[in-house]
This record gives sequence, structure tokens and C-alpha cells, in this order.
Amino acid sequence: MAESAEEIRKHVRVYILVFAALAVLTVVTVGVSYLKIESVAATVLIALFIASIKGGLVAGYFMHLVSEKQIIFWVLALTVVFFAALMLLPSVTEFSGVGELEGQV
Amino acid sequence: MSVEEIPHTVEPHPITGVYNGKFGIWLFLASEVMLFGALFSTLVLLRVGAPSWPQGSELLNVPLATLNTFVLIASSVTMVMSWASLKMDNFGRFKLYLGLTVLLAFVFLVIKYFEYTHKFHLGIFPSTSTFYATYFTMTGLHGLHVVGGIIVNLYLLFPGSKLWHTAPEQFANRIECAGLYWHFVDLVWIFLFPILYLL
Repeated sequence: MAESAEEIRKHVRVYILVFAALAVLTVVTVGVSYLKIESVAATVLIALFIASIKGGLVAGYFMHLVSEKQIIFWVLALTVVFFAALMLLPSVTEFSGVGELEGQV
Repeated sequence: MSVEEIPHTVEPHPITGVYNGKFGIWLFLASEVMLFGALFSTLVLLRVGAPSWPQGSELLNVPLATLNTFVLIASSVTMVMSWASLKMDNFGRFKLYLGLTVLLAFVFLVIKYFEYTHKFHLGIFPSTSTFYATYFTMTGLHGLHVVGGIIVNLYLLFPGSKLWHTAPEQFANRIECAGLYWHFVDLVWIFLFPILYLL
């Protein structure tokens, strides 16, 4: 961490901008929910899209991922693979599980 | 073997290219992703499989949760500013920003306390419905993480800050690691808020 005080000052300006962006996006998130969009899929996708942008800003700037070493990205890439597998599990379970349960009721 | 200092607290490890603490906290956060990921995955399964699912905004207090979102975002900014203050050699400013971070974390918990107790007064508990079970489990686990962050940050704010006078760079790295954890807690809330309260 050999960053000079001047570089850190530049970072601080970015942090303030990110803070403003996060605040605006929070307002947008809540605002969109009041629109009562008909399609459930669209509502979920819009909410997750905005949350992903916010998450990206936090991870990128507050957690310094924009200037991080390669090893951290490898750790994260591995995490993404396992996380994706975890999130795909419900779709596998649904096809062989919930349908059968409904049949039993 | 004599007592040795823990290596690579400041200088990067030759293999990873980062100091050990940072590598360690990122591995820990990877495990945290899986912990919360399991709950998110379960929520998807329960929700898709349920014959009907309530709209979170009709059952939960959206204005309070929105306020809490602002509180956590603000605490993330003060956290990163506390680290930046150390990097600019301003110990007093660091104390101010880390103190603000802890204060905002407490504000978050107080607001959450009001939300929870209001539900309890109405006779609503995790056992009330699958929706409330997921709501209390996920926000409860997140709340425990906030408590954990408060404990770590209070340590670094008071007894732990002595390290600044003997090993300033190592101390700044500790604050960076505590910050990485704290930003992760913020990040989880950024997803929890729309998924539980708005969808």
C-alpha cells in the first residue's frame, strides 16, 4: 500500500460520488416498486439489476476491487461458480420435487 | 522455535501478492457468500414452490427499511473514510469516522429492533408463515453480522488503536480488513432489502 496522500484524496472524491450514486439508486429501487409493474419476472429482474449495480459500486470502490490483485479475483471467480451452482439448485429441485408434492396433496 | 512475528502483515506475500490479512478476509467473505447464498437459494425454492406468496411491501415497513438502507450506505462511507484518514496520517479524523461507523451500526440495529418488536406485538413470529420465517431468518442473520461488525470496530476504535503508534501500516491494514467485512454486510443488505421488502 504505497499510495500517496494525494492519491488517497482522489479516492475520497470517488467515495463521495459513489455514496451519492448509492443514495440515488436506493430511491430508484423504492420508486420502481411503487410502479406496480404487471410482470413479476420484470419486477424481479429490475430490482436485482439495480441491486447488482449498487453491489458492484460497493465492491468495486469501497472494497477496492477496481485495483485489486489477481489472486483476489481468482478467489471471487471460484465463489461465483459455487454461488451459481447454489442458485441453480432450486430449479433442479423444483422439477423433481414440488410437482410431486402437489400431486400428493 | 522462538516466538516469531506473524509474517506478511504489511508487505505482500510473494505468492499471493497481497498481505496475509487481506487474503484471509477475502477467503472468509467467500465462505460468507455461500452462507447467505444458501439462504437466498432456499428462499427461491420456497417462494417458487409456494401456492401463494405475500407482497413484502404490504406486510413489512418499507419506509423504515429504506431509512436503514441509507444508514448502512452512510456507514460504509464513514468506514472507508476512516481507512483513508489513516492513509492521510490523520488519526483524529480516523477516530471520528470509525466512531460514526459504529454509531450508524447502532442506529441500524435500533431501527431493526423497532421493526421486530412491532411485529412481535402484533403476534407475528417466524412460525407465523413461511414468508415471516424467511424474513426473520435472513434479517436476523444479517443483524448478527452487524453486531459482529460493531464488536470488531469498537475493539479497533479503542484498545486495538494503540497499534497505530507502533505499527501504523499494520493498523491501517487491519482497518482495511474490518472495512472489507463491513462493506460486505452493507452489500448483503443491498440485496436483502428489495428481495424481502419490495418484491
